[in-house]
Amino acid sequence: MTRRPWRMVAGLAWREGRTMRRRLLLYMSSIALGGGALVAIDSFAANVNASVHESSRSLLGGDLALSARTPLHGETSALVDSLTHAGSRTARVTTFPSMASVRRTGRTRLAQVRGVSDDYPLVGRIETDPGSAWSLLAGGPRTVVDPALLATLDAHIGDSLILGYTRFAIVGTIRSVPGDAGISAAIGPRVFIPERDLPETQLLIFGSRADYRTLIALPARTPIAGERWVQRLRPRLEREHVRAQTSADAETNLTNAIQRLTDFLGIIGVVALLLGGIGVASGVAAFVARKIDAAAILRCLGATEPQVLAMYVSQAAAMGLVGAAAGAALGVGIQFALPFAARDFLPVDLTVSLVPRAIARGLLVSVWVSLLFALRPLLALRRVSPLQALRRDVDVPVAAVARRRALDPAVVAVTIAIIATIVTIAVTRAPSLRIGLATGAGIIGAVVALWLAAAALAAAARRLVRAEWPYVLRQGIANLHRPANQTRAVVVALGSGAFLISTLYLVQSALVHEFASSAQASRANLLFFDVQQDQAHGVDSAIRHAGYPVIERTPIVTMRITAINGLSVGVQATDTTDTADAGAPRRGAASRGRGPGGRPRRAQWALRREYRSTYRDTLVGSERIVAGHWPAVRAAGDSLAGVSFEDGVARELSVGVGDVVTWDVQGVPIQTRVASLRAVDWGRFEPNFFAVFPSGVLEHAPQQAVILASVPNAAATATLQRDIVDRYPNVSTIDLSLIRETVNGIVNKVTIAIRFLALFALVMGFPVLVTAVAATRRERVHEGVLLKTLGATRSQVGRIMIAEYFALGALASVTGIGLSIPAAWSLVHFVFESPFNPTITPLLALATVTAALTVAIGAAGSRDVFAETPLVMLRAE
Amino acid sequence: MLVARELTKEYRSGDAVLRALDTVSFEIQQGAYVAIVGASGSGKTTLLGLLAGLDTPTHGTVFIDGVDLSPLSEDARARLRGEKVGFVFQSFQLIPTLTALENVAVPLELRGDPEATVRARDVLDRVGLATRANHFPAQLSGGEQQRVAIARAFANHPRVLFADEPTGNLDATTGARVIELLEALNRESGSTVVIVSHDPALAARAGRIIRLGDGRIISDTAREQVTRVASGVGA
Repeated sequence: MTRRPWRMVAGLAWREGRTMRRRLLLYMSSIALGGGALVAIDSFAANVNASVHESSRSLLGGDLALSARTPLHGETSALVDSLTHAGSRTARVTTFPSMASVRRTGRTRLAQVRGVSDDYPLVGRIETDPGSAWSLLAGGPRTVVDPALLATLDAHIGDSLILGYTRFAIVGTIRSVPGDAGISAAIGPRVFIPERDLPETQLLIFGSRADYRTLIALPARTPIAGERWVQRLRPRLEREHVRAQTSADAETNLTNAIQRLTDFLGIIGVVALLLGGIGVASGVAAFVARKIDAAAILRCLGATEPQVLAMYVSQAAAMGLVGAAAGAALGVGIQFALPFAARDFLPVDLTVSLVPRAIARGLLVSVWVSLLFALRPLLALRRVSPLQALRRDVDVPVAAVARRRALDPAVVAVTIAIIATIVTIAVTRAPSLRIGLATGAGIIGAVVALWLAAAALAAAARRLVRAEWPYVLRQGIANLHRPANQTRAVVVALGSGAFLISTLYLVQSALVHEFASSAQASRANLLFFDVQQDQAHGVDSAIRHAGYPVIERTPIVTMRITAINGLSVGVQATDTTDTADAGAPRRGAASRGRGPGGRPRRAQWALRREYRSTYRDTLVGSERIVAGHWPAVRAAGDSLAGVSFEDGVARELSVGVGDVVTWDVQGVPIQTRVASLRAVDWGRFEPNFFAVFPSGVLEHAPQQAVILASVPNAAATATLQRDIVDRYPNVSTIDLSLIRETVNGIVNKVTIAIRFLALFALVMGFPVLVTAVAATRRERVHEGVLLKTLGATRSQVGRIMIAEYFALGALASVTGIGLSIPAAWSLVHFVFESPFNPTITPLLALATVTAALTVAIGAAGSRDVFAETPLVMLRAE
Repeated sequence: MLVARELTKEYRSGDAVLRALDTVSFEIQQGAYVAIVGASGSGKTTLLGLLAGLDTPTHGTVFIDGVDLSPLSEDARARLRGEKVGFVFQSFQLIPTLTALENVAVPLELRGDPEATVRARDVLDRVGLATRANHFPAQLSGGEQQRVAIARAFANHPRVLFADEPTGNLDATTGARVIELLEALNRESGSTVVIVSHDPALAARAGRIIRLGDGRIISDTAREQVTRVASGVGA
C-alpha cells in the first residue's frame, strides 16, 4: 500500500463524516462528563494537597508543637529553654473547656478557652473585628471571642464575660485564626484570653481537662531540622507524657483526613469515566448501524477492510478528542466551583490553580477510553460485505453483523484492552491494589451478570408470551427475543449505568448515614462534666430539685497503664508508628506485629496516654461485645479483676482477651485481666470509654463524674446551666441540642453536596440512556412506520414501544441496582470501613425513574415514527 | 369503489411551490384491476400515497369504499387502511424480526382478530408458502418474500390492494408468478387492485391503464382499447 491512498482515506473520512459529524460528536461527547469529572477531581485533590503543604506550618502554628496534659516541666522545659537560647521563638496556648456566661443577659454557653502567651501566634496572624482587638488583649482581663458566642449569649462587644471567678471585657470578635477550620469553632466557640489571667479564673484545678501546648519557631526555619530534633528526643518527651508534632506531621495528618474525601471522589471519577465509555460504545453502535450501507459501497468501490476501518476510526478519534477537550474544559470549570462546596470542611484556605498534569491526564485517559470503547462497535464495519451494496433488500441487521464477529481476534483483543483499562483505572484510583483489583473485577462481573440477565430475559420473553395477551404487549415483549433484538446491548449499557449510579448512591448514603447517626437523638440533652467526687451529689440533686430526671451518672477514674503481661511500659519496644492497622480485632497479642526481642509492637500513644475509665455492669447503646464475656467480672478462680477494652485501642496495645494489664490508678497499682473487647460507636453523643471496669474494683478511687440530664427546653436548659455553674464554676456543661443543631447544619451541607453528586451521576447516566436506545432507533422507526402503513394507529405503535422499552428499562435497572448492593457493601465495608444499611425506597425510586426514563427516551428517540407519514415507505422504494 | 376527485398535491421548496399532482380525477369500480403508469417524477407515487391515505392532498378528496378520507385523522386513516386496504411494495417491506407467519398476521392482529394466526396460516397456504411459515424474511428468496407480502396484503380481505412496482426487485419468471398470484387473488376475493409500474408488459395485463405525465392524467384507457392499440386496430 502506497502512502497516497491512506492520505486520501483521511480526506474521504472528513468528507464522508460531514452528514453525521454532529451526531457522532454527540455520541463521543458522552466521554466529556467523565473526563470532566476526572479533571475536576484530580485538580481539586492536587490543589488541596498543595494548599495543605503550603499552610501546614501555619496550621501547626510553628515548626514544632509540644503538647501535654500538664504544663511543661522537668527535662522538656529545659529543652525548650535551650531552644529559646539558641534563637527559637516560643509561644504557649492552654486550651480547656469551660462555661462562659454574661451576667447582663443571664445566658451561659460551653466555650473553648485558650489562654495564650504574648508571642502567640508565631506564624500567620489573627484577624479580628475590630482590627485592633488582638493588640488590646494585653491590657488587662480582656477577651476576644468567636462571633457565635456573642450570638448565643445575646452579648455584644463591651460586655463582661465571666470565666470561672474572673470577668473579662469583650474587646472584639475573631474572624480567622491560622490553622483552625470552621468546624472546630462549631464544637465550642473559642474564647482567647491572655495566659497571665488564667490563674485568676481558678478553672485549672485537679482533674481538669486542659491541653498545654508550646509552639516553637526554629531559627533555621527548616522543617527537617524540627523533624530530626523530634526523632532524637521523642523517647524523652514521651517519658514526660509530652506529644511532639512537627509541621510535616501536621501535613500528613491533614492529608490523611482529606484522603477519605479524595477516595470517594476517586470512585466518582471511575464511575464517570466508565459511564462515558459505555455511552460512547452504545452511541457508536448506533453510528455503525447507519454507516453499514456507506461502508458496503466503499468496499464495492475498492476500499480495503483496513481502509474502511481507518476512515471511521479517524472520524471517531477526531470527535473523541473534541469531546475529551470539552470535558477537560468542563472539569476546569467544576474545579473552580468545588472549593465553595467543600470550604466548610477543609482546614486550609484552598488556592485554586490550573493543574496541567491533571488536565493532561484527564484528557489522555478520556481520549483513550472513548477510542477503545468506540473501537469495539467500529470493528463491525470492517466485516461489512460489498454484497450489501448490491442486495440492500436483504436486511442485515447490526446484531447479525455483531454476531459474526464474536470470535474475531481483533474484537477479542479490543475486549481484553477494555478489561485491562477498567482494571488499570480502578487500581490507579483505589486506595490499594487489592481494592483496585476487586473494584475492577466487580465492574466486569456486573457487566457479565447483566449480559446473562439479558440473555435470560430474551429466553423468558420467548416462553412467557401468551396468545391471550393483547397484541401490542405480545409484540413489544416478543421484540425482546426476536432476531436483531436490542435486549443485550440495551440491558448491558443501561444496567451498567444503573449499577454504577446506584453503587455511588449507596456509598454516599452510607457515609451520610454514618455521619448523621452521630446526631441521633438520645433522651439526654444536657451533659455536665468535670464534676468532682464531692460535687456529684450536689449537681445530681440540683437537677432533680429543678424537676428534671438524671438519665445517667457515669463515674470517671483517671489512670495509666504501667505494664502489659508483666512487661513494664517503660521497656516496651519503641514504636512511633501511630497508625491503626486495618482489619478486625484479633485475639491474642500479635496484631501490630513484633518489635525488637520478639515483643509485640504497641502504639506509644496508647501505652502512654491517661485513660479516663469508668465502671459498670451494663452495656450502653453505643457498645457491643466482639470478643470475650460481659460484664468483665473476674473468672472463677482468677485472682485478677476483669476489664473490657475498646477493640481499636486493644489493637493499638496489641492486647487480647486473657492478657494481663497493670494500671496505676492515681498511685494505686491494680492488676486486671482483659475479659472482653467492645466495638464502640464513637459518633454517638454518649460518654464512651477505652476501658470499662466491672463494679467492685474502682469505687474507692478518686473520681469525677459525668451527669446526663433531660431538660425540656432552651429556657430551662439555660436556667439550669446557670444555676449549676454559679454553684460549681469548675463544672462544664454541654447543651447537646446545640451541638446537634450544629452537626445537623453540617449534615445538611453534606446532604446538599451528596444530592449534587447524585444529580451529577444521573446527568452522567443520561447520555448512556440516550445512546443505548439510539443504537436500534433506525430499525424501530422503520418498523413503526411500516406498522402504521399496515393500519396500526399511533397509539398502538406507541404501546408496542412502551412495552418493549419498559421491559428493557425495568430489567436493566432492577439487575443493575440489585448488583450494586453487594458492590456498595464491599466498598463501604472495605474502603470506608463504615456500617452499611441500605434503604429500599430510594433504590425502588431509582429503578422506577430509570425504567420511566428508558421509556421516555425510547419514545423520544422514536418520535419520527409519529412524525413521519407512512408515505416514506413508498418513497423508500 | 375507489374515487379520486380533483386531487392536487403541492410541495413547498423554499419560495417555490412544486405541484406534484394536478387536479386528478377518476373512479375505479370495485373488483377492477388497474395499472397506473408514467415516467419517473410523473406523480405515480404521490397519487398512490393519496389514494391509500398515506398522505393528505392539498386539494381534492379520495373515497375508499364510500368513505371520504378528507376529514379523517391520521389514526382514523390508519384504521381504515387496516380494514380496507392492502399493500405490496417493491422491496417487500417485511418486518425482518418477524417470521413469515407473524408478518402476515400483523394487520389481523392490529384489528384485534382473535383468529389472526389461523387466518394468516390459511393465506400463507394460499400463496404456497405453508412450509415456510416459520422462516424469517432473510431466510426466504425475493420471490418468496414478495409472496409473503401479498399474503399479508390479502389477509384482511381488503377492498383495495395497492401494489407499488411489485415485480421491480424480481427476475422475469418470478415476477410473472407474482403477477399471476395477484390476478388470481383479485378474481377470487373481489378486491380492487391498483398497480403502479414502469413495466409495459405488467401494465398491459391490467383491465385499465391510467397514464400520468407531469402530475396530470394524460390517458385513461380500458383493456379493450389497450388491446386494440397494441394490435394496431384502434386509435
